[in-house]
Amino acid sequence: MTAGSRNSLAEWNIVRMRARVLVVDDDPALAEMLGIVLRSEGFLPSFVADGERSLAAFRDARPDIVLLDLMLPGMSGIDVCRAIRAESGVPIVMLTAKSDTVDVVLGLESGADDYVVKPFKPKELVARMRARLRRGEDATPEMLTIGPPGNQITIDVPAHTVSRNGEEVKLTPLEFDLLVALARKPRQVFTREVLLEQVWGYRHAADTRLVNVHVQRLRAKIEPDPERPEIILTVRGVGYKAGTG
Amino acid sequence: MAVRGVVLRHGTRVWATVRRAWRQSLQLRIVLITLVVSAVTVCGFGVLVAKLISDGLVDDKRVASLKQVRSGATVAAQQLSGHRVEDPRLEDTINSLLSYLVSPPEQGVTGLVVAMRPDPTKAKYQSWPTDTSVAPAITDAMRTAVVDQKQVAHQLRTVDIGEGETTYLVYGTPVPTSWGRAELYYFFPLDREIAASNQVARTVIATGFALVLLLAVIAALVTRLVVRPVRLAARTAQRLSAGLLDQRMEVRGEDDLALLAASFNQMAGNLQRQILRLEEMSRLQRRFTSDVSHELRTPLTTVRMAADLIFSERVAFDPAVARSAELLQLELDRFEGLLTDLLEVSRFDAGFAVLDPEPTDLSAVVRRVADRLGPLAERAGTPIEVGLPVEPVIAEVDTRRVERILRNLVGNAVEHAEGRPVRVTLAADDGAVAMTVRDYGIGLQTGEEDLVFNRFWRSDPSRARQTGGTGLGLSISLEDARLHGGWLEAWGAPGRGAQFRLTLPCRAGDRLAGSPLRLVPDDAYLGVVPLPAAPGAEPLREPARAPAREVADV
Repeated sequence: MTAGSRNSLAEWNIVRMRARVLVVDDDPALAEMLGIVLRSEGFLPSFVADGERSLAAFRDARPDIVLLDLMLPGMSGIDVCRAIRAESGVPIVMLTAKSDTVDVVLGLESGADDYVVKPFKPKELVARMRARLRRGEDATPEMLTIGPPGNQITIDVPAHTVSRNGEEVKLTPLEFDLLVALARKPRQVFTREVLLEQVWGYRHAADTRLVNVHVQRLRAKIEPDPERPEIILTVRGVGYKAGTG
Repeated sequence: MAVRGVVLRHGTRVWATVRRAWRQSLQLRIVLITLVVSAVTVCGFGVLVAKLISDGLVDDKRVASLKQVRSGATVAAQQLSGHRVEDPRLEDTINSLLSYLVSPPEQGVTGLVVAMRPDPTKAKYQSWPTDTSVAPAITDAMRTAVVDQKQVAHQLRTVDIGEGETTYLVYGTPVPTSWGRAELYYFFPLDREIAASNQVARTVIATGFALVLLLAVIAALVTRLVVRPVRLAARTAQRLSAGLLDQRMEVRGEDDLALLAASFNQMAGNLQRQILRLEEMSRLQRRFTSDVSHELRTPLTTVRMAADLIFSERVAFDPAVARSAELLQLELDRFEGLLTDLLEVSRFDAGFAVLDPEPTDLSAVVRRVADRLGPLAERAGTPIEVGLPVEPVIAEVDTRRVERILRNLVGNAVEHAEGRPVRVTLAADDGAVAMTVRDYGIGLQTGEEDLVFNRFWRSDPSRARQTGGTGLGLSISLEDARLHGGWLEAWGAPGRGAQFRLTLPCRAGDRLAGSPLRLVPDDAYLGVVPLPAAPGAEPLREPARAPAREVADV
């Protein structure tokens, strides 16, 4: 029994470590280098070089995570991102050469969970990918409820489901993590930096755009009126907190 | 006194308003000038015409009167010829003569008064109608002319001889008698002539007034014809300068105004072409920057990853190759930093940088920067001291940019601190937040306070090479501060260290009025930190802050 459980844990670990990665990038040298680095880190990469074929490749490869270059021939990275997001909640990390707010926000709004600006360090990229893949480790039975009375959100943590008034709301894993982080400590105000660390696995980062865009996406899904949020509240000058009514 | 003051002030204000209207409105000016000039002209002509007409009337009257006087004198001479001066019936004869003379059949004149004195030795004049007393109306000059010079004389007199104040044409004539010197005086009233001339004057005034008004209206209308297109041109020019490049004037007809409109439109067209060309060039430039960014960054990423891989395996190489791997790694970091800074600078130059403000607690930012630079400071043996207010300092800022500025300032300070502490202070007032970064290093030479913000400026080329900066940090920081509408200023003295102050408005878009912190530190010349006395230390003064002032004035 003990051996069996250890065995299955090891198996699970192997599966987790050998995560499948779909790299969507048109630069052959970068793709090859990414392949070398990812394999050395224990990932199973597959590649596609243009936007139009990327969706088919995604369905074939069924990756655990997608690395997506924003500038692609054929179909733009933004469109690819939307297309993948339309059919899956798989983590998407954008690779972008532009760090301008407009480009970053556009990418995040089209459904990417995170982004890395070129030139990035391989360790940084791998850390981000691991952070996106590291989930469900503390699967203790837990039910969370937030929001004002009559408009409550119920979160079943181990089942990864969220429902509003008995109706299930589809969230991506990242949105789910963000919601759980806020819901576990209602009334506590989270600064954007703390959220970046807890949800994205960042340390010492000041990129608040990431948090802002995802909070907006989350609100669009769970708030009755995203313009006047009641479930995820903004605390001016500090950050966000869960509304308890 | 107070009332006079109020009146004076009021008057001054009205005068100022009038002066402004005069300066600002061409139409008003032309109408007023027309009004004044035409009023003067019409007035002159009116007076002339009225005078000519009334003179004519009086002249006619004079001719007719003279005729009557002459015939009267003849009749009187005949009537008196049979009398002597002592004759007691003379008075009656004169009376009946006078009554005859007053009402000659051909004259319809009323109010005529006739008077006679048979002998100058008698004081009394006999007159008709008898209830009049003519003596005061006859002047000495008239009497002299009639009696002594035996001439017909006339005079205009306004007197009351018993019929109310009236203007008379007075005629005096000598009447030859047996005893010599009888005088006959006629008083022709000028009532009708005066009435007629008054009537003329009234008509002239009314006509003149109407004419002047009419001229003013015409002037206003004509000016309007000219001023309207000019005003239209001014408005169109304003719209053009506000960026509405498609604005044009309507060209109507072939006159001067049409020429103005056509030339204006031609100018606008040329301007629009030029501006569009420049915009296109700027757009291409930005596009180029963006393309270079992408094109350069992708291969750099590959190189970076390859170098990392080689670097992590360096223990397996022989020392020369291992060291090469280390150098490759280090220089790639520098190359990356330089590329990032260059792209940031080109973004500012292209006007492409956008402020992304949100309410932020600056205490947290300061703490974070101090934490992140902790290891660097430790290596340099320089403690970072942080002075924060108790309450959170919340301002609408672009956190990424403010953190970058602060990182730059603190990093610079640590590099130049020479092992002495670096002090970061944060303070706020109603309108602004300020952060100062103070170090006690070698300080700045006079005049270097502005130079430090120049691109690639280094105080001492041989020395600065050792430090890792790109040479663009402070100039980017200055641009970041300007983007916020804030100030970034430097103070420094040789051997006394330096202090940089960043001041930002609490609300994005506000104008800065002042800073909650002083640029020159209190311990600037106190020698709190023991340092060798700087040669030629200068007296305390507020240093020039030219670059930041520019920001404040924009």
